[in-house]
Formats: sequence, C-alpha cells, structure tokens
Amino acid sequence: MQKLLLLGDEAIAQGALDGGMSGIYAYPGTPSTEITEYVQGSKFAEEKNIHRQWSANEKTAMESALGMSYAGKRAMVCMKHVGLNVAADAFVNSAITGVNGGLVVVSADDPSMHSSQNEQDSRFYGNFAMMPMLEPVDQQEAYEMSYHGFELSEKFKLPVLLKVTTRLAHSRAGVQTMEQKAENEVSIPSNPTQFVLLPHIARKQYKTLLGIQGALEEASEESKFNKYIDGSDKSLGIIAPGIAYNYLMENFQDRELNNPVLKIGQYPIPRKQIMKMIEECDRILVLEEGAPIIEESLKGYQEAGTPISGRLDGTLPRDGELNPNLVAKALGFETVLDGEIPELVKNRPPSMCVGCGHIDAYEALNESLKEYGVGRVFSDIGCYTLGALPPYNAINSCVDMGASITMAKGAADAGLIPAVAVIGDSTFTHSGMTGLIDCVSENTPVTIIISDNYTTGMTGGQDSKALGKIEDICKGIGVDPDHIRVFKPLKKNMDEMVQIMKEELAYKGVSVIIPRRQCVQTMKNKKLAEQLKELNLK
Amino acid sequence: MKTDIILAGVGGQGILSIAATIGMAALHNDLHLKQAEVHGMSQRGGAVQSNMRISDKPIASDLIPMGAADIILSVEPMESLRYLPFLKEGGWVVTNTTPFINIPNYPEVEDVMTEVKKQKNFIAIDADKIASELGSKRSSNIVMLGAASPFFEISFESFEEGIRQIFGRKGEDIVNTNLKALRAGREFAEKNR
Repeated sequence: MQKLLLLGDEAIAQGALDGGMSGIYAYPGTPSTEITEYVQGSKFAEEKNIHRQWSANEKTAMESALGMSYAGKRAMVCMKHVGLNVAADAFVNSAITGVNGGLVVVSADDPSMHSSQNEQDSRFYGNFAMMPMLEPVDQQEAYEMSYHGFELSEKFKLPVLLKVTTRLAHSRAGVQTMEQKAENEVSIPSNPTQFVLLPHIARKQYKTLLGIQGALEEASEESKFNKYIDGSDKSLGIIAPGIAYNYLMENFQDRELNNPVLKIGQYPIPRKQIMKMIEECDRILVLEEGAPIIEESLKGYQEAGTPISGRLDGTLPRDGELNPNLVAKALGFETVLDGEIPELVKNRPPSMCVGCGHIDAYEALNESLKEYGVGRVFSDIGCYTLGALPPYNAINSCVDMGASITMAKGAADAGLIPAVAVIGDSTFTHSGMTGLIDCVSENTPVTIIISDNYTTGMTGGQDSKALGKIEDICKGIGVDPDHIRVFKPLKKNMDEMVQIMKEELAYKGVSVIIPRRQCVQTMKNKKLAEQLKELNLK
Repeated sequence: MKTDIILAGVGGQGILSIAATIGMAALHNDLHLKQAEVHGMSQRGGAVQSNMRISDKPIASDLIPMGAADIILSVEPMESLRYLPFLKEGGWVVTNTTPFINIPNYPEVEDVMTEVKKQKNFIAIDADKIASELGSKRSSNIVMLGAASPFFEISFESFEEGIRQIFGRKGEDIVNTNLKALRAGREFAEKNR
C-alpha cells in the first residue's frame, strides 16, 4: 500500500490490478488509452501474466472479457464513449446473461469533444442495459471504484459500468492504494444455461434482471459513493454526480455552503435521497458532466412540484463540458465566462507531423483526382483525418470506425464513380474488413486506400493488428491481386504514385492501394523495429 | 497557500516534463496537487496546455477557474497570450521569446512581444538561446521552469530535487545540465522582474 501520483486512468488501472483482475481488454481511444497502457507497463501485471494486449476492436474486447468472466475470473474492458457503440451488442446482452467472474466495463466520455466525433453520455447505455454504474469524483474514487467494482459485479452477478470523463481521466493527483486482492480461480458458471440466450432462456433471465433492479437501488441508497450533505438553506438543493461535484465545491472555498447537496457516484440514482431533496427544497439544480440524464428523469413533462434547473432550462449550457465558472454562474455568483484574447493570437489546430506518410499519399490522391472533381473521398478515424484541413482539403467524410469503405460503396452504388475510401491500417482491422467483404461480393467500383503506417497513431502509437497482414487479408476476402497496389509514399515516388492511383481510379472494380511507410512518431519503438525486421518490412 | 499555473506550448515542446518536475517539487513539500492535461488530437503540432494546481489544502476542481491563475508559463510566445482570460489581476506571464512557427499566418514576433509587455507582470526570456549556450537546446523547457520558479511559494531547492528525481535515470550529466538550465532561468527572472 502506498501513495502514488496517478492520472484518473492510471488510478483505474491500479485499482483493477489491486482488485484481483486477471485480464484487461481494450482498443485505444482517447481518453481511455492510458488505462491499458498502465497495465502493459506494470511489472506486477507481467509477473502475474495478466492479459493485457490490445483487441481488434471494442466488440471483440467486450466479448473476450465476457468469456474470461464466464470462466470465473475478473476482467475489465476499456473504451472511449463511442467505442461503447461498437461494443453495444455484447454489452447490452451481457446484462441478460449476467456474469460469473466480476466484469467492469470502463467507458471514458469526452464532453466538449476534445478528441472525438461527439460527446455522447455512456450512462445512457448503463440505464438501457439496466446495470449498476459508477462515476468517480476524483482520482482516489476512481481507484476505489475500480478496486471494489469487481465485488459489486459478483454480488449482483451483473457487469458494472464505470464512467469517467476527460478531465478526470487525464488529470493527475495523489492516490492511496489498498491491500492487494488475489485473483479468482477458473470455474464454470453454476447455471449451465446462463449464457445461452435462446428466447425461452433469455425471457427468464430478463425477468431476473428486471427483478433485481430494486436491490440495485437499495445498494445505491446505502453506497458510500453517494453522499447526502444536508444544509439549512432549503431554497435550493444541488445534485452533483461525478466531477461536477468538484466544480461545485470549487465555488465554496471561501464561502459557506448551506444548501443541501447530493453527491452521486453510484447508479441507479438513490431514490430515498432524491425524494428527500425534492420534498424539502424549493428548487433543485442538477450539475452533470455530460447529458442532462438525471435532470431529465426528475423533470418530466409537467413541472408540477419542485422545479428542476440545469442544462434543459438554460441555467447551464446544453452542450460542452462543465467548469468552475459555468457552475458559479448557475449558482448566481459573479464570475467571468470568457475574456478577450489579443487579435493576433491565431488558431493552431493539430496537423499531420512533418514527414508523415499520409501527407505524401494525399498529395498523390489530390493530383490524380483532378480530372474527376472534388467531393468523392470518404475517410475514417485516425491521424489521416487531419487530411480534411488545409492545405490538403483531401477528404469529405469522417463518421465512425470503418465507415470510409462502406460509405464509398454506397456512393458508388448511387453512381458517384470513382468513389474513394481512405482508411488506416489499424482502423481497417477494427472495422474495415467487413465493408471490404460487401464491396467484393458485389464487385463495386471503389478505390480503397489503406494508408499503412504500422501503428495506431493518433492515440500514441499502439500495436496495429494489421501489421504484415493487409495484402493477405485483402486476397483472402477476394480482391483481385492485380488490383492490390503497394508503394512507399515519398516525394521522390510521386509520379509513380499518381500513375498507380489514376489506373485504379479508372478501374471499374474493387481496388486496394496501400501507401506504406512507418509513422515518424514510432521511430524509437524497439519492439516495432524488431517486428518489422522479422516481417521483412521497411 | 495555493499556486495555479497554466502551462502552455505546442504539442511536442515538453510542457509535460515541466509539469512532472513541478509535481515532484510539490510532493516533496507534502502539498496537494492536481494536474490536468489533454492527449490525443491535441498533440499533433497543435496548441496544448496543462492546468497545474498546488495547495496546502485539498483541491476540488482539476480545472483552474477563469481569472484565477497565478502564473502562465509558456514555452512559446503566441501561446502565452491564448490563456490570458485565465490569469488573475497581477498574475505573472513567463514566456519564451523564441517562436514555433508551424502555421502560415503566424503574426510578427515583435507584435506578439508587444502584447506580452502590456502585462503588468511578465518575464520574457530567450530560453532557447540560454539553453544553447549551456550546451543543450533540449533543456529550454527547464530554463522556462527556472524563470517561473520565483513566483511559486516553493523553495528553489525543491525544484532542484524535482530535477534530480525526474532526470535521475538518464545519468548525472543530464541531471547537471538541467540543474544549470534551471538556475540560469531563475537568475534571469530575478534580474528582470
């Protein structure tokens, strides 16, 4: 037991290691990536042979963790909020199957979309699946919720969703660790049909799930993570889940807080405490880092009884993350919400690194598309998404993992030909292969560019499952080998690159073009260098 | 006692090493600490910042409220101005004067420095030049830390101890270079405040 300086993500990882976890399954995604990286860097995890390699995507990660749980051991799954969309089929059904060994699903939300396509709130999924949820207020609680999460899961035989947001995941503070627990032994579920979701079995298990909701509520009412701090000033009651509680308390460093406050860390929301506040207070302010879920459930259509304030009535902005100043304004305190920045300060958006292979590939693509016109390049999620910005202006869509190939297919089906997809190697094995199967099965005239830089780049250079396999995968799916073209994206190769692209753009079938060059940010990665040597890749 | 610092720069300029050193110094003094940063999309040559909070009392928010920062410590001059709304009345702007120009419309450096000098309390230091003179351009971020160190209520010795802990495993030469960088920055600030 010791005191460590940890990011919220690292606290979750350490809590899981101390809590008896046997495996962590995940796909990189900001702001969750560091949880798995911490476990990968842990000597303890190495000694105990804790499973800690990256999965192909969040669905395979969720399913593998469910499999470990089936076998009696404790498993954790980690993803960013949109990753939960990918894992959703397994996630929702894992509440119907229930668990054997404890299962904790960590979903890291990104309010204000610092590095995401949206700011969806993972708590919707927890509610939808009807499983207990935990939402920490700080790094210490993140550690403890992870540590105790497996027990909670085993107590109710349900997965537990642990939601964090960027400002906790990527913030560092002191954490006191607790006594290490042993891992479970391998054991198969005592109920032999628990995991078989044939309709007649699933109906019974669903009734069980419905029946247990009352017990989950009771557990929330008694949970140490939910605190009702009473106060004499009943004109306003305040509900603050997760880190919103910090922003609330920040405004009372030099002031006295006399309003009743309900700090929420465990869901379902604690009915007893909520009812007490509704009965005793004239008005309630709900501060949520994420969507107004609690606010909405309390509000209803009729504003009969206690009025509820929050994001839905303009007291707080409807979108974006919270901060101490927004909360100050909501409380009616004097504050600043923006300030003047000198005009000469210019935007400095992220851009592809100097020397990045994607840049050369885009230059060749732009050149070869000149005769066809703009608006036909469907792209995906990765560093190459930055090709949307000037001076490249090379892509026209980025929606979700793998959508590049499938949207190009749909556009080609509509008659927009040539239609081009630009996807990365890691994204390709995450969700591009099934789209390619669709294209090949109909021989759709698409030109698919798999920009291979040997890594999962945007999230910090994690292993790519595609390494050394892309051509074989494409051939296996049935792409004509004559239309699988590979080159090294460099300025000196530009003429050849443009020639290849022009040929494949003109070809009325499935083309796969693979610009292949190592990501400049991974040059110091010794493990990757060894792998490349073994695979004879440069 | 509390010190709220906004660290600013461009992705890749090493502001997280500065944060780590301050973190060590704070721990050394048994102070409470919260340090928030951004990962992912923000790193690729874009503007980055870190919120660092040190206090003798437990800290609530990870984010520094607007108008409450005691110090803006920037390794890049234009970036030092981006967070001015967060600076309190009379807070210190400590900035490098060497620009990092990776956008086509970067303003004239003289104009940037004119804006900086409008601040009541500022330190404008050519950290890159000082670091080069010490024989290690890479230590310019530690020169910046030294220049900001007088405005923390933490002893200089604590920062030196922080350097030893953060850079210790890279060998004595590197530790010494960084200690020199730290002192050079400090001296400049003391002379020019």
